[in-house]
Amino acid sequence: MAPRVTRTGTVRPQGGGWELAIWYLMRLTGLGLFVTALAHFIIVHFIYDPSLQTAKWITDERWGNIAWRTVDWLMLTFVVFHAFMGLRSVVQDYTKGGTRTVLTMALYLGAFVVFAMGTIAVATLNFPVKP
Amino acid sequence: MQIELRVLRYDPERDQQPHEATYTVEANPMDRVLDLLHKVKYEQDGTLTFRRSCAHGVCGSDAMLINGRNRLACKIRVDQLKGKRITVAPLPGLPVMKDLVVDMEGFFAKFRSVHPYLQPSGPVPERERLQSAKDRAKFDDTTKCILCAACTTSCPSFWAQPFYVGPAAIVNAHRFIFDSRDDAAEERLEILADRDGVWRCRTVFNCVEACPREIHITQAILEVSRAIVERHA
Repeated sequence: MAPRVTRTGTVRPQGGGWELAIWYLMRLTGLGLFVTALAHFIIVHFIYDPSLQTAKWITDERWGNIAWRTVDWLMLTFVVFHAFMGLRSVVQDYTKGGTRTVLTMALYLGAFVVFAMGTIAVATLNFPVKP
Repeated sequence: MQIELRVLRYDPERDQQPHEATYTVEANPMDRVLDLLHKVKYEQDGTLTFRRSCAHGVCGSDAMLINGRNRLACKIRVDQLKGKRITVAPLPGLPVMKDLVVDMEGFFAKFRSVHPYLQPSGPVPERERLQSAKDRAKFDDTTKCILCAACTTSCPSFWAQPFYVGPAAIVNAHRFIFDSRDDAAEERLEILADRDGVWRCRTVFNCVEACPREIHITQAILEVSRAIVERHA
C-alpha cells in the first residue's frame, strides 16, 4: 500500500505510524521552544543582570521557586526532543541500512541519557527547596 | 545577440561520464531556451537529445536544469535569464538516459502509487457528480500539476532518499484527497502516512520555487500531513 518506489521504479516494503508521532511532536516542541527558549533568553539576559547569575544564585534563588524548575524542565524536554529528533531526520535522510539503525538507536539512547540527567538535576538539586 | 549555450551531454554508448558541450547560438532576447536547443539540434548537432512535445508549458516534457534551477525550457526566455551564458543539464536525481533525457519511470511509479484517479463509492449517477464552488476551491491549486518532475527533482529530501514519494505524487494525491466527489481519501492518507511519504518533507520550499505552474506545493504537502494527523486524533 505504501509508495516505497525508488527512482528507477523498484518497490520496497514499508514502515509503521511512528513517523507521524515524531513529526507531530517535532512541531509541538518547536512551538514550545518558541515560547520557552525566547522567554529564557529575555529573562536571563535582560530582566536579570547576567553578572549576578552565579551557580549559587541559580540553585538558591531561582531554583528555590518550583515554578522556575518546572519551566526549566519543560524547556529541557522540548530541547532534547527537538534536537535529537532533528538529528534523527538528518540520519534518516543521509544514511541507510545498518548504519541508519545504529545511529538512530544511538540518538534515542543519547536523548534518554541527556533527558534523564537533566531531569535528575532539576528534580534533586537542593530539593526540597530550603525555606 | 550571441548566447553561449553549455549543455551537459551524455551518450551511454560512448561516454563514461557526462561532459559539457558548448554551442554558440544566435538568439533573440524573446527566444526561449527550447528555441536555442532546437537551433543547436537543427543547425549544429543533430545528436543532441531532449524531450519536448507541446512546447507551450502544458505537457511538462521539457523540464530541465537551466542556470541551476529546474524550469521548463519552453517557458523561460533568454531575456529572463539575464546573461550571455546559459547552462542546461538534465533534471537532477533521476537516471540520465541520454543528454537531457532522464528515466521518468520511477517518478511515474510514485505518481501511480497514490492512486491519482477519482474513486467514488455508490452507484453511478445518471448525470454529472455535482460539486460546490467552495468544495472545488479546496484542491483547485493542485489540479494544475503537469507532472514535469521539476518539483520532485529539486527536492533535497528526494536526492538524499530516492524512496521518498516526492512532492509531485503528494500534490496529485492532494488533488483527490480533498475532492468532495472522491471516497478514497482514507486509502491515500494511509499510503502517504508512510516513513517515505509526507514525513520526509523538510519544508525546504525548493519545489515551490521550481514549479512552473506556481502551485503552492509545500502548503499542499502540509495540508495532507495535517489530514493524516487529524485522522489519528
